[in-house]
Amino acid sequence: MTTLTPVLTANWDRPDSFTLDGYGDYAAARKALTMDPDAVIQAVKDSGLRGRGGAGFPTGMKWGFIPQGDGKPHYLVVNADESEPGTCKDIPLMMANPHSLVEGVIITSYAIRASHAFIYVRGEVLHVIRRLRAAVAEAYERGLLGKNIFGSGFDLELVVHSGAGAYICGEETALLDSLEGYRGQPRLKPPFPAVAGLYASPTVVNNVESVASVPSIIANGAEWFASMGTEKSKGFGIFSLSGHVTRPGQYEAPLGITLRELLDMAGGIRAGHRLKFWTPGGSSTPIFTDEHLDVPLDFESVGAKGSMLGTRALQIFDETTCVVRAVLRWTEFYAHESCGKCTPCREGTYWLKQVLKRLEKGQGSEEDLTTITDIADNILGRSFCALGDGATSPIHSSVKLFRDEYLKHFEIGGCPFDHAPSTVWGTA
Amino acid sequence: MSHEEGAVVGATYPPEVRERLERDAKEIIGRYPKPRSALLPLLHLVQSEDGYVSDAGHEFCAEMLGLSKAEVVGVSTFYTMYKRRPMGEYHVGVCINTLCAVMGGDQIWDELSEHVGVGHDETTPDGKVSLERLECNAACDFAPVMMVNWEFFDNQTPDSAKQLVDDLRDGKDVTPTRGPKRLCTFKEASRVLAGLSDGLAGEGPSAAGASLEGLKVAKANGWKAPEAP
Ligand SMILES: Cc1cc2nc3c(=O)[nH]c(=O)nc-3n(C[C@H](O)[C@H](O)[C@H](O)COP(=O)(O)O)c2cc1C
Ligand code: SF4
Ligand code: FES
Repeated sequence: MTTLTPVLTANWDRPDSFTLDGYGDYAAARKALTMDPDAVIQAVKDSGLRGRGGAGFPTGMKWGFIPQGDGKPHYLVVNADESEPGTCKDIPLMMANPHSLVEGVIITSYAIRASHAFIYVRGEVLHVIRRLRAAVAEAYERGLLGKNIFGSGFDLELVVHSGAGAYICGEETALLDSLEGYRGQPRLKPPFPAVAGLYASPTVVNNVESVASVPSIIANGAEWFASMGTEKSKGFGIFSLSGHVTRPGQYEAPLGITLRELLDMAGGIRAGHRLKFWTPGGSSTPIFTDEHLDVPLDFESVGAKGSMLGTRALQIFDETTCVVRAVLRWTEFYAHESCGKCTPCREGTYWLKQVLKRLEKGQGSEEDLTTITDIADNILGRSFCALGDGATSPIHSSVKLFRDEYLKHFEIGGCPFDHAPSTVWGTA
Repeated sequence: MSHEEGAVVGATYPPEVRERLERDAKEIIGRYPKPRSALLPLLHLVQSEDGYVSDAGHEFCAEMLGLSKAEVVGVSTFYTMYKRRPMGEYHVGVCINTLCAVMGGDQIWDELSEHVGVGHDETTPDGKVSLERLECNAACDFAPVMMVNWEFFDNQTPDSAKQLVDDLRDGKDVTPTRGPKRLCTFKEASRVLAGLSDGLAGEGPSAAGASLEGLKVAKANGWKAPEAP
């Protein structure tokens, strides 16, 4: 049996967890700054840490791509835009434990030789922004940021920057454009941010949880981190359970834990109901059903079953939920958030929305199922960034797994579900 | 995209307002290696003055950063948090992304919108309350979720939502579930977003409710991460 492994969440029940007193003395940063920066990168490589923002790219390897001795300034940009539907781990982490992130920023910046770092946080979370800014201010006051940190000769400026409402700004190159003061639209890759990122300088963009995990690796060692998780998906991660579960919340566990195990801990599906479908890693990852309860939630195993680990955003829906309604709502989200830069996504998400609306009202036909699959095929792999690809995940997976439910809508000329029992206060 | 509100040419702030904004703006610009990076914060700053990004606000940002007004408008219209009309003193959002919608967000929106008598991105005639349909606000474990001036109001019901808005309109004190003791206004919130502190970070819980469920289970079972070597 897999058990929980609180590291980043361990101090969240302390009333002062968001202050230095409630966090600790930055021993890991102190240690890192006595190491050779390349040794810090090596430690993170050895730990096996992979990006926690969705794609799972090896973090140490990403840092290693930053050219050294190039005479250009380097930047670290923390991606705190957390807006993928279902994803809700970075926000409580920064609210309760912002110092883990600030300490991670110091270590990461030192490793990649950056003297300016940014935390790009979505704007719609006011109290999280206050906590981040207060943690940064506290770190400056104690000499943990600024000039000559720990007398090491290393200088670091850290700025908390608020976004202004746009899911696409979570895409790393759109985020950089936004941070430069432009509309947040993705850039052509290559060049990758490691070569030409912020202000065309070498830049590491990492997710909040990736960076916040770094202090524990430096403090306890790469082997300690790698002792958790599976062969290729090392370490711990926060699993976010939401929806029709008895106790939704944040469960920090080794990668490779299963939904069955997590549901056991969370009191199961809400009383009197059963699991119908779920997302393993947010709305951009193909949906699973109760057939997938025992799939180890690591990058490889989830991938082998046709979905993605993504952000471990486990949105759980029981048998009262209409899958067509769910897919329509996600599709409306993608259409709303499409930045409009490329045609397959801009036009495709618009048409998907139109056809799905018709389907949900029971005014569609079986041909419409072919139409939405065709439109999705035209987006997947042809769009400029991964937002377009993500928009096709709910479409393809739901048509495959719940074709009959789509058909039922136009057989009876409407939605076969009463939506009231799905609500928190609804009774079946 | 509508430009009616921006049609007044050459709108500017009175000198004392401008002086104050300029002081704040310069401090913010100074944090960035390149001034243009301060554009999003400056747009939040002018929103904190007017309750929306006004014509004078656009003009001010353009002047401070040496940009054309068209460039600034091009940016501000891209982001949903910048409003082109005055929002209410209390800007109330209801999450209608899938998870919240299914858990009751759709019903909350329908009932609340009817109760208040305004729709998406509209403001009540008394200027007190505006409503917005929100996408996922990264609090799905607290569904259905509402936000007021970007503070969390977790685990809502149609009744709690209507009560909340009634209290706001009656000037009663209202406390976010995970936030400071007192709710600030939309303009005050915008100032924090611009990067200026209001000193309230220490208020409210570290974490609450659903955020702590996993930790509780771990503690009850004596589960920990492996000991450090
Ligand atoms: C539309 C879109 C939205 C994204 N949103 C986020 C986000 O909010 N936070 C995040 O860390 N990564 C997000 N990503 C992934 C980032 O592009 C990038 O892969 C990630 O920040 C890298 O950090 P990591 O290697 O530490 O995971 C998003 C990607 C796409 C395509
Ligand atoms: S895929 Fe969508 S979001 Fe990405 S660049 Fe194209 S239009 Fe913009
Ligand atoms: S779906 Fe409402 S907060 Fe995530």
